[in-house]
Amino acid sequence: MTARQLWLRIGQALLVLLATYTLAFILLSALPSDAIMARYASPDLGLSSDEINAIRAEYGADKPLIVQYFTSLFGFLTGNFGYSVQTGASIASMVAEALPGTLALAISAFVLACIWALLIAVAASFSRGLRGFVLGLPSLMVSLPSFWIGIILIQLVSFKLGWVPVIGASPVQSLILPALTLSIPIAAPLAQVLVRSIEDVERQPFISVVKARGASRSRIFFGNVLRNAILPALTIAGVLFGELVGGAVVTEAVFGRAGIGQMTVNAVANRDTPVLMAVVVIAATLYVLINLLVDLLHPVLDPRVRRKERA
Amino acid sequence: MNTATFKKPSVILASIILILAVLAALVPGLFTSHNPLSGTSGALLSPSLEHWFGTDSVGRDLYSRVIYGTRQSLLGALVAVLVGLVVGTILGLIAGAQGGWLDALLMRIVDVLLSIPSLLLSLSVIILLGYGTVNAAIAVGITSVATFARLARSQVISVSSLDFVEAAYGSGASRFQVLTRHILPNSLTPVIALAAVQFGSAILQLSVLGFLGYGAPAPTPEWGLIIADARDYIATSWWLTVLPGAVIIAVVMSANHLSHIVQKKAR
Amino acid sequence: MSIHDSLVISDLAVTYSTSRGVVQAVQNVSLSVAPGQITAVVGESGSGKSTTAQAAIGLLADNAQITAGTMHLGEIDLARLTDKQWQRIRGPRIGLIPQDPNNSLNPVKTIGASVSEGLEIHTSLSTEARKARVIELLEMVGIDNPEHRYRQYPHELSGGMKQRVLIAAALALEPDFIIADEPTSALDVTVQKTILDLIDELRHSRNIGVLLITHDLAVAGDRADRIVVMHDGQVKETGYAASVLSDPQDSYTRQLLADAPSLSVASVPQRRSVAGSVRAQQSAHAVAPWQRDVSAQAEPAPLLSVRNFTQKFGDFTAAENISFDVQRGTTHAIVGESGSGKTTTGRAIAGFSSPTTGEILFEGKRIDPKSKQLRKHVQLVYQNPYSSLNPKMTVGVTLAEPLKNFKLVGKSQIKERVARYLELVSLDPEFASRRPAELSGGQRQRVAIARALIVEPELVVFDEAVSALDVTVQSQILRLLARLQEELTLTYVFISHDLAVVRQISDTVSVMSAGQQVEYGETERVFSSPTSTFTRSLIDAIPGQRFRDGSLNMGL
Repeated sequence: MTARQLWLRIGQALLVLLATYTLAFILLSALPSDAIMARYASPDLGLSSDEINAIRAEYGADKPLIVQYFTSLFGFLTGNFGYSVQTGASIASMVAEALPGTLALAISAFVLACIWALLIAVAASFSRGLRGFVLGLPSLMVSLPSFWIGIILIQLVSFKLGWVPVIGASPVQSLILPALTLSIPIAAPLAQVLVRSIEDVERQPFISVVKARGASRSRIFFGNVLRNAILPALTIAGVLFGELVGGAVVTEAVFGRAGIGQMTVNAVANRDTPVLMAVVVIAATLYVLINLLVDLLHPVLDPRVRRKERA
Repeated sequence: MNTATFKKPSVILASIILILAVLAALVPGLFTSHNPLSGTSGALLSPSLEHWFGTDSVGRDLYSRVIYGTRQSLLGALVAVLVGLVVGTILGLIAGAQGGWLDALLMRIVDVLLSIPSLLLSLSVIILLGYGTVNAAIAVGITSVATFARLARSQVISVSSLDFVEAAYGSGASRFQVLTRHILPNSLTPVIALAAVQFGSAILQLSVLGFLGYGAPAPTPEWGLIIADARDYIATSWWLTVLPGAVIIAVVMSANHLSHIVQKKAR
Repeated sequence: MSIHDSLVISDLAVTYSTSRGVVQAVQNVSLSVAPGQITAVVGESGSGKSTTAQAAIGLLADNAQITAGTMHLGEIDLARLTDKQWQRIRGPRIGLIPQDPNNSLNPVKTIGASVSEGLEIHTSLSTEARKARVIELLEMVGIDNPEHRYRQYPHELSGGMKQRVLIAAALALEPDFIIADEPTSALDVTVQKTILDLIDELRHSRNIGVLLITHDLAVAGDRADRIVVMHDGQVKETGYAASVLSDPQDSYTRQLLADAPSLSVASVPQRRSVAGSVRAQQSAHAVAPWQRDVSAQAEPAPLLSVRNFTQKFGDFTAAENISFDVQRGTTHAIVGESGSGKTTTGRAIAGFSSPTTGEILFEGKRIDPKSKQLRKHVQLVYQNPYSSLNPKMTVGVTLAEPLKNFKLVGKSQIKERVARYLELVSLDPEFASRRPAELSGGQRQRVAIARALIVEPELVVFDEAVSALDVTVQSQILRLLARLQEELTLTYVFISHDLAVVRQISDTVSVMSAGQQVEYGETERVFSSPTSTFTRSLIDAIPGQRFRDGSLNMGL
C-alpha cells in the first residue's frame, strides 16, 4: 500500500462514518414524532404544552434541524452523546458504565470463536473419517438461534449439571455461558470461510510443488496452507464484528447481563431514540475502525499487497 | 442439476421438512386440531400423545402454537428476502452497469448500511416503523440490501468484462440490448442463489426480533415469542424451549442446505 | 557425479472414479527414463500424459487409482508405496518442475524459504549451511544477485525467473530424475528456449534423468533422447527422437507431425496467387512502406492502413507509433510476446478503442468506434472460445443476433442463413439448438468464427484465435480460415505469439516488442533475413530446430 492509498482508505472510512452519522440522525432524531413528544405528550403526565416546550428547549429540540445536526455532530466528536429521554442521564456516562461488561463478553466470545473455527478447520483437514461430520458443524451452528443456545446452556449447565451457579456467580463464572453462547454464531461463518479458503489454497499448484518436495501433511498444512488461508478469514473476522454487537444484544437479554445490549433493548422498548442513535453511531465507528485495521494488517500478512516497488 | 443431487438422503430429508413447513404455513389445520390461542387442558403439561410438545404456562398446546407460527416465520422471511433482493439487486445493477459517480455514491450508501450492525439496523427501522410482523420483516430485509447490492454489482462488472459482451457489441447490439440480453441473464443466477441462502438467515433474524418482543404482538403464535414466553420456566419445563427451538433449527438447516446446493450449481 | 537409477514404467493403468462411473485414464503405458537422458511424453489434452506424470511422482488426484503395472526406480516399485514412503522419495529421488511458475511458489514465502524447504525436510543441515546451499543453487540456475533474490517474494520476479527458482528447488536434493510437466507453456517464446536450454544443460552436468511432458512434438524433437507419443490414454509410439519424427509408424504420430506448424511446411494450402501478386508489389518497398510516396504507385489502395498508431492507458504506453498497410485479400500478422501491444493494436483496428494519437484507416476512412456500420465491415475473433460465447444462448440465437441487429436478412431467412454459416465452418446445422457448454473448444471457436463471418465483413481480426486449441484442432481451424479467405475474399489481421503459425499463414507481418513495431515487411523476407535482433531471437526460439537441421537424436 502506498502512502496515497493509505490516506485514501482512511479518508473513505471517515466519509462513511460521517454518512452513517447523518443517516442515523435523519432516521432517528429528525424524522417522525420525536422522542420527547413520544415520551412527554402522553395525557397521563398532564404536562402543559408550555412545559413540553420547555423540555424541548432543554434538549435543544426547538432549534432548526440543521443547527441540531451540527450541535449533535459536535457533541459526538467531543464524546458528548446527549441525554437519554427516558432517564435524563447523560448517554456518555451510561455508555461508560455499560461498555466494560459488553467488551469483556465480546472479546472473550470472539477469542472463543476463533478457537472453534481453527479447531474445525484443522479437524476437517486432518481427520479423514470425521471430515463429513466436522464439515457439517458450521452449517448446524449457523442455523441455531442464539437466544435458544443461551437458554439451553442455562438449562443444561446451570440447572441440570449445576456447574455454573445461577445466582451469586463470580464475574468470571457469569461470563462463561454468555461468551459460549455468543461465540457460536460468530464461529460458524468464520469456520465456513476458513474451511473454504483452505480448500482453495490446497488446490493451488504450489501445494503440489510442496508435496513434490516430500513435505508431510502437517508441514503442508501449517507451513504452507494456513497462512495463505488466513487472509480471507481475516477479512470476514472484521465484518463479523457487526454480528458480535447484534449477538451481544441478544445474549445480554437472555442472561440478564447489564451492558450495551441491555441498554439498546431498553432504548427500543421506550423509543429512547437518542440512546439508540448513540449506540448505532458508536457501533458503526468501531466497525469502520476495525475494518480499517484489518485492511492495514493485510500488507503485513501478504507480501503481494505490500508497497509495490516503482516499476 | 443432475438427478444424483436429488437422490442424496440429506437433500431428500431437507426437501421433506421444507415441504411440510410450507404446508403448515398454508393449512395449519392439517397438522393439528388444537387451538393455538386458548388453553384447553392444564398448564405446563409435559409432552404426551395428546400434546406432542406439551402445553405452555397458560395451558395452550405448544405443538399447535409452533405449527401456527410457521406462517408468521415463512411469510416474514419471504417478505424480508424480497425486500433485500429487489432493492439490493436494483441498486447493484445500476451501480455496476452505470459506473462513475453514481456507482461511487451507491457503494458508499452500501458501506454505510454495512457499517451498522444488522440487529441495530433492524431495531432502528423498527423504532421508525413500529412493531409488528410486516415491519419486522421489512427491517430484516433492509439489513440484507447491502449484501445483495454488492453481489449484483460485482456480478455485473465481472460479466461485463467477458469477451462475449464485447462480441455482442461487435454483433451490432445496442447498450440496452447488451445489458438485457447478455449481462443480466448471466449475472442473476448467483443473486438468486443468495436469496435462497438469505431465506434461512431471515427466519433466524425474525425469531430474534420476536424473542426480543418486537415482532408480532403477544398472543400471536410466533417462534421467537414462544421461546421468550418459556424463559421463566426453563428450570422446570425443558420442552417449552427445546422443542420449538428444534423446529426452528430443522427448518433453517433445511433451507440452508438446499440453498447451498442451489448456490453450488449457480457457480 | 552421483550414481542415479533409471525410472522404468511398465504397463501402467490408472482409473478415475467419477460421478459418471470409472474412467480409464491411461492404459498399458510403458516408458523409461535413464540418468542424464530426456524422455518426452507428447500428447494433446486428454491424452493421459499428465496422469502418467502425476503417477510417477505419487501425486495422483484422490479419486485416481493405479490398477495395473509397475513403476520401478532402481529396486523400489513406486506403484506400491504408501503415503509415508512417498514422502521420503519425493525430493531426494524425484523432483518436479511444474507447469505454471506463476502459481507454483508459495506467495507468502520468500524465494529462499521455498528453495530451502526440501533441504529442511530431508537433511540435517544447519540454517547457515542451507542458506549457502540455496544461494549456490540459485547461482547455478542463472539467477542474478542470488543474495538479494533469496529475500524476495515470488511476485517480485518474472515468470522465467520463477521457473529458474523452481528448477533450483527441484534440484536441491540431487534427485535421480525430475518430472518437467509442460515447464514452459506459461512462458513467452524467447524465455521458453532459455528454460529448456537450462534443463538440457543441467541434466548433462548433473546426470539427472528428465521426464518431459509436452504437447509440442517440435520441443520433444529438440530436447528428447526418446519420445513417447500418447493419445486417448494409450501409448501410440515409442522410440528415439529421430525415428519417431522422421519415420513415424503410427497414423496419429503422422497426423501430429503434419499438424505441428513448426515441423511442417504444407499443412495449409500455399498462399494464393492473388496474395502473391500483392506480395510482389509490396516487396518492392518492404523496408519502410509507410514512408513511400503514395501517388507514385499504381497499386490498389490498401483496405486497412494503420498510421503512427499510439495507444496510452494513463501513464502506460501500450503501443507506440505503429504503422502498416494491409491489402485486400491478404493476411497481415502481428507477432509479439505478452505485453508487446499486439492485442491493443488489434482491438483498435476492430474499433473497440480509439487511438491516443495516429489513425487507423479502413478503405481510406478513419475508423470510428461509435459507428455501427464499422462493425459490419470489421469483426474480431477472440482467443478464448470459452468466454467469447454467451453461455445462456444457443448457437442459433448467437448467430442470429447480428443478423437481426444489422437487419441483414428478413425474419424468415434467418434460420436458413444460420444453417448456411454453420455449414461454412464445417459444423452440422443442428448445432444451432445447442448451448456452448455442449461444444468442444474447437467447435466453439468455429461458432465464434461463424458469428464474425455471418455479417459478411471485409476484415477479420483474429486475436490469438487458435492458441488455446490443441495442435490438431488448431491446424483444422487454420485450414478452415485459409479456405474461407479464398472463398469469400476476406482480409485477415492475425495476432499471434506463434511464429511458426504466422509463417504458414501470413503474407505480411509486423513484429512487436514492448509497444514498438521492431520489424515490418513481407513474411518470407522477415523470416529469411530479419533486420532486428529481436526478430532474430524470436525465430531462433521456434522449436523444431533439430528436426529442420536433420540433427535429431538417433540413440547413437
